[in-house]
Order: sequence, then structure tokens, then C-alpha cells
Amino acid sequence: MSEKKTKRRDFLFTATTAVGAVGAAAVVWPMIDQMNPDASVKALASTEVDVSSLTPGNTLTVLWRGKPVFIRRRTQEEIDEARKVKMEDLIHPERDEDRAKNPEWLVMLGVCTHLGCVPLNDKGDYNGWFCPCHGSHYDTSGRIRKGPAPWNMEVPKYEFVDANTIKIG
Amino acid sequence: MSDHDYRPKSRVGQWFNDRLPLLTLANHLTDYPTPKNLNYWWTFGGILTFCLITQIVTGLTLAMHYIAHADMAFESVEHIMRDVNYGWLIRYIHANGASMFFLAVYIHIFRSLFYGSYKAPREIIWIIGIIIYLLMMAAAFMGYVLPWGQMSFWGATVITNLFSAIPLVGEGIVTWLWGGYSVDNPTLTRFFTLHYLIPFLILGLVVLHIWALHVPGNNNPVGIDIKKPSKDTVPFHPYIVIKDGFALLMFMIVFAFFVFYAPNILGHADNYIEANPMVTPAHIVPEWYLLPFYAILRSVPDKLLGVVAMLSAILILAVLPWLDTSKIRSAVFRPLYKQFYWILVADVLILGYVGAMPAEGLYLLIARVATAYYFLHFLVILPVLGFKEKTLPVPLSITEPVLGGSPNLAAARNKESKIE
Repeated sequence: MSEKKTKRRDFLFTATTAVGAVGAAAVVWPMIDQMNPDASVKALASTEVDVSSLTPGNTLTVLWRGKPVFIRRRTQEEIDEARKVKMEDLIHPERDEDRAKNPEWLVMLGVCTHLGCVPLNDKGDYNGWFCPCHGSHYDTSGRIRKGPAPWNMEVPKYEFVDANTIKIG
Repeated sequence: MSDHDYRPKSRVGQWFNDRLPLLTLANHLTDYPTPKNLNYWWTFGGILTFCLITQIVTGLTLAMHYIAHADMAFESVEHIMRDVNYGWLIRYIHANGASMFFLAVYIHIFRSLFYGSYKAPREIIWIIGIIIYLLMMAAAFMGYVLPWGQMSFWGATVITNLFSAIPLVGEGIVTWLWGGYSVDNPTLTRFFTLHYLIPFLILGLVVLHIWALHVPGNNNPVGIDIKKPSKDTVPFHPYIVIKDGFALLMFMIVFAFFVFYAPNILGHADNYIEANPMVTPAHIVPEWYLLPFYAILRSVPDKLLGVVAMLSAILILAVLPWLDTSKIRSAVFRPLYKQFYWILVADVLILGYVGAMPAEGLYLLIARVATAYYFLHFLVILPVLGFKEKTLPVPLSITEPVLGGSPNLAAARNKESKIE
């Protein structure tokens, strides 16, 4: 034991332990990964919404991947209000031009980035949304302005299939 | 400990005990020397065992009728309430039993805090207890999700989202916990599985908790080490069994009051509305026993730090034996600690109250002050107090002050009258 020289047996112990650890990890991983979203959940990845009935100043809420998505047809005032905000005033700086490519349409996940509640429409200090759970205020671009939420409401991947249909996901 | 030489009287008993010494264990448990001055605050260990068994038995019977599926869970709970024979009774016992369990565990924990039961040589008992408490909170939270009402759904959403505060991997962890992109059927089925598992983990830890307790023996209101067995002890059976039994009866009266006269008073009306992922209830409030921690979470304006503060508030208890530097266990002989103890009790009650109120204005201010004081108590007051406090003289045994043999007779008598 006193001499530092590596023996054949030390090598065998190390090699056996290493192989055993890899084997154990290989068995544990399926047990962990089975909890991740399964194929049937992933299959529901996109949804198409008919927005022809939506008039300016109104919001449609649809369910996508089990989460509500807000589709807001904004009025000109709301667009102006969102676009004139200075970047320095934002907690999570994002330009409204980047969030709403077509300024009239704001599409975003209706999920508060604090702890996942659904914010209420036309409420709060910034004329946008207000989360009743822990008091986060969002502006007319869905950007966080006040309260504990760290980020703006997320804009999902979406596209206009035609003039009246939005495909989310 | 000293009864390894125990020998059953009957030949069959001897034959069995030589092969599996269960009778030796039973003899140890009945003869176990217990300090004779234990007061009624010491009866909550037995009461908690009763609570655990009640939850397991009622939970097993509920599981025979409950269906863990997002489309059917809510209806199956109503089916239990309306159609299943005595289903209403079993469910009300189980739901209120959770509250009774926490009521008892809080008394049990605060008893330890008052009499210094967490100090050497009982640190392991205490830490196992904290792990049991954490598992109780996990079991209670997941159980609350199972009826799939609005509070179930949104409570699950808010609590699982706490993990999203972890930098980088947070979102991935939340998706993994959910088994999807929101709380949904996969979440419900795994919560049901874990809710079923955890009580048995707790049962195993309770065995370790009691085992660890039986090594040094019980602490006592005077907080001194005693000789066992001696004039200071009585056998567990019948003395403590009868006392625990009487306290349990009193506790069951309170329990029965809630089950039969106010079965829904501790719940939320919103949970009788089926889960709806499109609408969040106006006020999401956890069950009463989690409110102090909820208040701490909300009092911090930053998401990650709020979660860290909330978890620290619980985990700080695990290192309490090393934060409290005082050699004296019982608050009876610690005049300053006794006062800070009651301030802490008030602080936790205040946190519980503001946790139930909206997080704004004066409530938010109170929550912040109370949160700061909570950490101040454990991180500053307790360590400093051990060095600064002038403690009172401690009697040499439980019997001596009573029989007049103590050198600290006057002080001890003075203290005893104060306990009452």
C-alpha cells in the first residue's frame, strides 16, 4: 500500500467500476427520459386558427400545446403606444417591430413568464395585460413593465397561411 | 438499550425469538425508559404516527375509486363524494387529515425549537425530521393536484414553474416534470404515482426517526441529560402510552370537528370548478400550511432569488443544530432565547397571514420585514445569543429539585413555576 506503483489489480478495479458506471447510466437514462414529452404530445405541434371574425381591439385566445395563445388585433393607438416606448424603460428590451412583424397582429403565448398564470386582457398600468397571480404588468406589446416576471410574453413561431388564417407552431 | 438479555417466558416465544428477535424489540419498546417530566407537547410524535397511518389507510381506499386521467379525475372525485358508500367520509378524512398532519407537525417542530431537542446528540433525529417534513409538503402538494380542479391545476402550474427559475436548464426541467408543454394528463398520472409512493418513504423515515431517538432517548422539558433507567425515568408502557392515548383522543375531537362540521373550511371553493387551462383564478393561494413560505417567495421581487429565499427558509432548519451555539437546550433556562422564540412564532404566523393576502401595498411591506426577520433569527440572533446570553442555573437531575437535593433549588423552583 505504501508504494505508489499502479498494479494490475488497480487497473482491473478501475476498469470494472467504469464499465459498471456506464452500464448503470445506460439503464437509468430510459427511466429519466420516459418522463419527457412523448410522441403523441409532440405530434400536436401546430394548430391553424381562423381570425377573420376578429375586429380591431379584440383578442382571441386559442389553445396550443395545452397553453393559451393570445391573438390580438391591435388598434392604431395600441401600436403607437407600443412603438414609442424607449428601450431604456424596458426590463427585457425588445422592439415592438420585432415582436409584431405585421403591426396589427400580436401573437404570443398567454403565459406569464413569472410562474405560468394566464394574464388578464385590457388590465394593468400599461393598457396591456395584468397577471392576477403575483401582479406583473405587461404593455400593449406584451412586454413586461412592472412586477416579478423576468421576461416579455413569448412570441411563438407562427405564419399567415392566407389573409384569414394563422398557423401557430 | 440495556435489554438485550431479554428472554421470552414461553418455549415457543424463545424458539421464535432466537430466530428473529422481534420479541426483544417489542420488549425494548414497552420498557423504553422515558423522562418522567414529559409534558403534553411531547405527545405529538404519537399523534403524527396516527396521522400518517390515517392518510395511508384512507388514501388506499380512495385509490380504489379514483381515476388518474385529466378527462375523468374531477368526475371520479365527485363520484366518490356522491356514489361510493361512505366515499364522502373517507375523502373528507383524507383531505382534512392532511391539514391535521401539518397542524401536528408544526406543534412538534416548535416544541423542538423551544426545548432545544435538535441539539447534540439529537442532530440526526432532527435532520431526518426535516426530510420527512419536506416529503410531507411534496405529498400534500401532489395530492392537492389529483382532484383536477382549478386550484389543483393552477397550483401545479405555479409550483412546477418555480423550477424554471434555474438558469439554463430550468425550462428543460419544467418540460420534463410536465411530460409536455403544460400541466396535462402526463403530469397528473406521474403526480398520482408519486403521491402514492411518498407516504411509504415517510413511513420508512419515521422508523429511522424513532430508531435515532431511541439511541440517546427523549429530550425533556428541563433539557438535561439523564441517566437511564433511573429515578428520572418511567417505562414507556403504560405511562407514556396512556398519556399519548389521552392526547390523541383530544386531537381526534378537533379532527372530527373539521371532518363533520367544517369539511371544506380549509379548502378553496375554486377547486370545485374543473381545471381550465384558459382561465387562471383571480387569487391563487396555496393550502394554509404552505402560506408562510409562499409569503417569502412573493416578498422577493426577483424570480430566481424569490425561489432561493423560499427554499432556504426550509433548508436553514437542517443546519439549525450548528447555528444555535448555546450549550443549554431548554428555553426554560434561556431568558433571552425564550423571548426571541415567541417573536419567531409571531413572525411565522404573520408570514402565514400575509401569504393569504394579495401581494401589494402594506401586505407586501409586512411580508418583506417578516421575511428579513425570519432569516435574521436563524443567521444572526441564534449564533450570537449562544455567546452573549446569561443562562440560568440548570438542575442536576429531574428528581433533585423536587426532592430538595439540588444546589440550584431556588432557581429551579422559580423556573418550574414559570413553566406552568
